[in-house]
Amino acid sequence: MARELTFRIFRYDPLDPESKPCFVDYKLEETPRLNLFVALHRIREKQAPDLQFDFVCRAGVCGSCGMMINGRPTLACRTLTAELPELITLAPMPAFKLIGDLSVDTGTWFRGMSERVESWIHTQKEFDPNAEEERMDNETAQKIYELERCIECGCCVAGCATANVREDFLGATALNRIGRFMLDPRDERDSEEWFEIVATDEGVFGCMGLMGCDDVCPKELPLLEVFAYMRRRMSQVAAGKAKADSGTSLPVIN
Amino acid sequence: MSELITTDVLVIGAGLAGERAAISAAAEGNDVVILSLVPPRRSHSCAAQGGMQAALGNCNKGAGDSEELHWLDTVKGSDWGCDQEVARIFADTAPVAMREMAHHGVPWTRVKGGPADYFIKGKKVTLEEPHENEGLIMHRDFGGVSRWRTCYTADGTGHTVLYSMDNMVVELGISVHDRMEAISLIHDGERCHGAVVRCLRTGALKSYLAKATVIATGGFGRVYKYSTNAIICQGTGQSIAIDTGLVPLGNMEAVQFHPTGIVPTDILVTEGCRGDGGLLLDVDEYRFMPDYEPEKQELASRDVVSRRMTEHIKKGKGVPSPDGEHLWLDLRHLGEDHLRTKLREVYDICMYFLGVNPITELVPVRPTQHYSMGGIRVNKDGHAYSLKGLWSVGESACWDMHGMNRLGGNSLAETVVAGMFCGQRMGQWASAQPLDINKALADEALAVQQDRINSLLSGGLGNANENVDELLNSAQETLQSKVGIFRKGDELKEAVDDLRDIYRRTANIKMRTTFKGANPELASAIRLPGMVKLALCVAKGALLRTESRGGHSREDYPERNDRDWLKRTLARWPAGADEPEISYEPVGLLESPPGQRGYGGAENIAMEQSVEEYNATVKKEWIKQGWHETSTPLGEELKEMVEYASTKES
Repeated sequence: MARELTFRIFRYDPLDPESKPCFVDYKLEETPRLNLFVALHRIREKQAPDLQFDFVCRAGVCGSCGMMINGRPTLACRTLTAELPELITLAPMPAFKLIGDLSVDTGTWFRGMSERVESWIHTQKEFDPNAEEERMDNETAQKIYELERCIECGCCVAGCATANVREDFLGATALNRIGRFMLDPRDERDSEEWFEIVATDEGVFGCMGLMGCDDVCPKELPLLEVFAYMRRRMSQVAAGKAKADSGTSLPVIN
Repeated sequence: MSELITTDVLVIGAGLAGERAAISAAAEGNDVVILSLVPPRRSHSCAAQGGMQAALGNCNKGAGDSEELHWLDTVKGSDWGCDQEVARIFADTAPVAMREMAHHGVPWTRVKGGPADYFIKGKKVTLEEPHENEGLIMHRDFGGVSRWRTCYTADGTGHTVLYSMDNMVVELGISVHDRMEAISLIHDGERCHGAVVRCLRTGALKSYLAKATVIATGGFGRVYKYSTNAIICQGTGQSIAIDTGLVPLGNMEAVQFHPTGIVPTDILVTEGCRGDGGLLLDVDEYRFMPDYEPEKQELASRDVVSRRMTEHIKKGKGVPSPDGEHLWLDLRHLGEDHLRTKLREVYDICMYFLGVNPITELVPVRPTQHYSMGGIRVNKDGHAYSLKGLWSVGESACWDMHGMNRLGGNSLAETVVAGMFCGQRMGQWASAQPLDINKALADEALAVQQDRINSLLSGGLGNANENVDELLNSAQETLQSKVGIFRKGDELKEAVDDLRDIYRRTANIKMRTTFKGANPELASAIRLPGMVKLALCVAKGALLRTESRGGHSREDYPERNDRDWLKRTLARWPAGADEPEISYEPVGLLESPPGQRGYGGAENIAMEQSVEEYNATVKKEWIKQGWHETSTPLGEELKEMVEYASTKES
């Protein structure tokens, strides 16, 4: 017997003055290997043609479909209903501006983040179209790629206690991005420059250490290691700064 | 009052091609605005896994590579259907494009000197990677190539290149207006002035006026029922171009089916799987490709491998499943380390969507619609035929380096190369133009769209008795079942008739919703007629092309016919018509005369004209079709033109 699933979906259109936030139940019969991409389209096609949600690649790589599934932020496209109970509650991710129903404005947030951390290679070198590419050892390339795999889905922000109460907190995705550029030998920013962005309450020292980000990251980015690396490197800079400021030496953590 | 926005260059689409073109245009001193249906990093470019072709020749199996070989592989891959001059521009520019992306942050996989293990043609081999190239960009093998030349970042190439590209866009401060859809072009019959744009957040319409408008909206795979494409790949850009009644779409029947879409869900697993040594097996777990293609085996071009797989399934060797018959992709011998590093996305896709562990289990695959070789017909600068000021780059364009079949890794590379090359020419063109703010023209174009939307939201169009989803499903099923990998005249005729009927029915759309904001039903209703138009262009082009070339394979016309069909199909949609008008033009100046591909094994009907005679017709015929003079003379990028002088007078 196939299960009858109940999708309890958050509905609200902020542009409609008559719309009131509420949850609405939709019933759907479960079919083999049903995922939330297919389920939500079936609900839209037959029951709620006005239901707003976002999917693009439907393959777990574009980061569009982050939402709260039974209270946990994750990618809807690759979530199978078989892994969930019969009652499935869907809500938009908090910490982002609501567009409507399950759709949130991650685009504006992430563009702002990229501008804030200056998410590009800072170099004085000009590109020379006639020269061989600058060499890099493959291990370094792999380490950069490991952090570059972030898909900007926003789950880590939605799952972060600090980001939910403080709009100016950079969030794990931004700190991961900074980590990616710190590792990159092509980027000429030095520790002092990073210190100004990272070693603040909005940055790595605003983190309460709950590490919800690490629990929910769909790409399993090594966020614990990123935070540890960042704290260590910033502490070293602080130690150096303190030395320069007062002439005394703080212990340097390796 | 509707909003009017002016800029020098308007780019529609924020994938790799659009962003790279925007960067080039900005470098020429233009103000640029990019529109995108989705946040730019969600564009379908991000889903490209395998890599980008460029003849850097850095690794052992890439030794001796050259732009010349890349060009020739591309021409063969196209089944001599491409514009060979454009293929030259592409092959010559690709190495610079890869290095530029390296400069801007792409963490390309790099050469590691010393012995390395690979699987080649089903056998494990150890090769010595050159120590002198340590740290340069590494390559993997791909289909239809004579050297390893695919540059890659594990299997997240599109993702890493798109992120680096968008980083450049942020650095340059180029505005990206996301969740915006261009729903018609503003033009005066000769010149394009911008687009009417609908905000997908609020439903508001705005006019964007620009000197140059660039369509870079990717492919239209979602006109098929089963496609590897992202769900936004609905051909919105091609639709607004053909809606002008002026601009032709080229070779719309040239549709690529990729051998390895997974079953079910149709998500792609990269050609890199086979490039890295993955094998195709049948119901008996027998490796069948070497029987059909002894030389290239699993790594013949995609059109050939997809046809061989379909033939093999027809012989009763498919694996039955509730989701239809499929074959197996065997990656087990590559080992856990390889699958969890270089093919990590593939591993994740198999685990999450199929519950299949590719380290120990076989992956169910079948050929699935993947790429649109056809698109907005442009000259080598990227300038659209018949409408000045309209440009197109990337998959949305028929620039035409792919002809009737494209090679794996050539499209992702095309996005960046065309963005660089055409973007620069477009940027230079735009810089030399005055900005003509014709508000009356913009208001008129916007009013037409506002009327259409108002009619939809007040119950529907015409008799208001047709459901949007049902019409779209019918069009998709028609194309899927009758304009697939193997095509037949009678089925194609039925497809054209059915689609024409569906197109007529789009005039009677009934809506179930009435709100103007972020209304998904309204967005579908706006796109639907355009999607059916594109489907009709595919079906009619396929019906009329009575030969088999590249991805277009006619059971009733199995030969490639160079005597009658060394041509590009052009489809235009006259105002008020219910099907496209088809005409033809020569494919371009021939440097390499049509020959044998070395795989696929089809018979050919030879050209009767000499190459010189053929070449003498090209420019004259192109001008008749609305081709614009290019910023460097036609044929200049070809290396060894035979008697090109004879074409100059015309």
